[in-house]
Amino acid sequence: MSIRILVPVKRVVDPNVRVRVSATGAIDTTGLKMSLNPFDECALEKALQLRESGVASHVTVLTCGLPAHQDVLRTALAMGADDAVLIDTGPATPALDSFAIARLVAAHMKDADYGLVLCGKQAIDGDVGGVAAMLAALLGWPQALNAGALDVMDGGWRVSCGEDAGIANWQIDGPAVISADLRLAEPRRVTLPSIVKAKQKPLVTHEAAALGVALAAQSRVVALSDPPGRAPGIQVTSVDALLQTLAGQRVFEAVGACS
Amino acid sequence: MRTLVVAEGDFGAISDVTLRVVGAARQSGQPVDLLVFDATTAGAAARVSGIERVLLASAGPIDALSPETVASQLQQLASEYTAIVAAHRSQGRAALPRAAALTQSAFVADVIAWHEGQQFVRGLYAGSVIATVVSDTPLTFVTVRPSSFAPAAADGGSATVTELQPIAPFAATRLVERHGAVHGGQDLGNARVVMSGGRGLASKENMARLGRLADTLGAALGASRAAVDAGYAANAAQVGQTGRSVAPDVYVAFGISGAIQHLAGMKDSKVIVAVNKDPDAPIFSVADVGLVGDLFDVIGAIEARVQQAGLDA
Repeated sequence: MSIRILVPVKRVVDPNVRVRVSATGAIDTTGLKMSLNPFDECALEKALQLRESGVASHVTVLTCGLPAHQDVLRTALAMGADDAVLIDTGPATPALDSFAIARLVAAHMKDADYGLVLCGKQAIDGDVGGVAAMLAALLGWPQALNAGALDVMDGGWRVSCGEDAGIANWQIDGPAVISADLRLAEPRRVTLPSIVKAKQKPLVTHEAAALGVALAAQSRVVALSDPPGRAPGIQVTSVDALLQTLAGQRVFEAVGACS
Repeated sequence: MRTLVVAEGDFGAISDVTLRVVGAARQSGQPVDLLVFDATTAGAAARVSGIERVLLASAGPIDALSPETVASQLQQLASEYTAIVAAHRSQGRAALPRAAALTQSAFVADVIAWHEGQQFVRGLYAGSVIATVVSDTPLTFVTVRPSSFAPAAADGGSATVTELQPIAPFAATRLVERHGAVHGGQDLGNARVVMSGGRGLASKENMARLGRLADTLGAALGASRAAVDAGYAANAAQVGQTGRSVAPDVYVAFGISGAIQHLAGMKDSKVIVAVNKDPDAPIFSVADVGLVGDLFDVIGAIEARVQQAGLDA
């Protein structure tokens, strides 16, 4: 099989930047360093590896957002994606929820022949992890979330998914939506020549309105706040004092050594 | 209207996780029903305090149940409910957003508090920001963080049990096999004490040593992402934004620097104890008790105490 792979990606605040709520109760990301969502990078890397091994012929990256978000698409093209799509969601962008994204991606897929969607298991800003399952539902496709390994097997996919208490291996037939854990693939470094080359690769913009998707969100954030702080702790200076603390918290109860 | 709780694969008994989800669902102020996929669990489900009806689904073998099948069952039941709730664990995280899309309903993930008027509280940016979310659809699918809610009582209820029409399992996804975590012992989600290791453990052998100590003490073993990536611990042990969220009575962090992504998964623990060589490690910003020092000195001293207790007994 030689399929086309779609990798939907999100532009997020860099994972090393601490986001805070402003005095007006809003999140202002102006001036913060932005990155390709780390899980999406892993998904893209896996897609590129599948292309390099001949399983796939073409890798398209897509994001929903503003023209300014093209920077992450260029990064993805520099990593090796063949072409990129921006769905311009205009002023609706900040309030887009997982379902709006899933519907936009599904609408884009109507006119293209993709055999696999690979995306990150969650975006590190909203921490929802809803798009993959929602998109699979809209397409009527099977899904596999939190994948740590993905191979072609028996005419379909063998996916190893991280679960609460271990790993589940699923056999999936036909086109599927698979979301990537960080372990699925180690993203390659972008080189300077590849950045130059990426500028020549096709990047098309579609207006969200042209896809016929209503962008009204199904849920709204009505208040934002800082998390409750913890009372300052104490430092102990000896191993004995630390063990006293643990004993006081009944850590040794099971072995009957109480003090 | 009513609220439906989706039970975990509980095999005969109702798990602490499911009881906590019931506890969360009762915040809706509506009658609560409990959906189980396993006939052997229906009896225990009917005794859970505060449950009006148990719905017993028949969708093929429970141990091979796919999220797609769960979602299609939820779609069939959707019209009777204003909220469908599950634990923010593998099954719920996979099945509920799918069912939400099938029914064009809102999906709210990893809820840590449920207020009147269907207001849901959840973290953004690895818990750096707390958001209150309201749903604008008649039905809302909700995954809740079990450790944030008190469990309902396992006894005292007398629900009716209704057998649902069998549904065919989703054909295109089939379970091949499941592997448990390499480390057995206590389940991370339920343990009263979690002993967690970071990159400071420096080897798989040392992590295994911490795991044995945790076992002896009846504690669960956790790990930071750095330790999991280094191959010291199994994926399932990972605590943090991309792993498990835990809130035990006591969380002991050995050699964990405390990246924001790790803190997201453990900062609701009642007492946090940290041992790290680096006095500037961010873990100390959330620790109730900290020791700047060699973690192996502490592990050695705990082992000695355990051994002494064994000799005394």
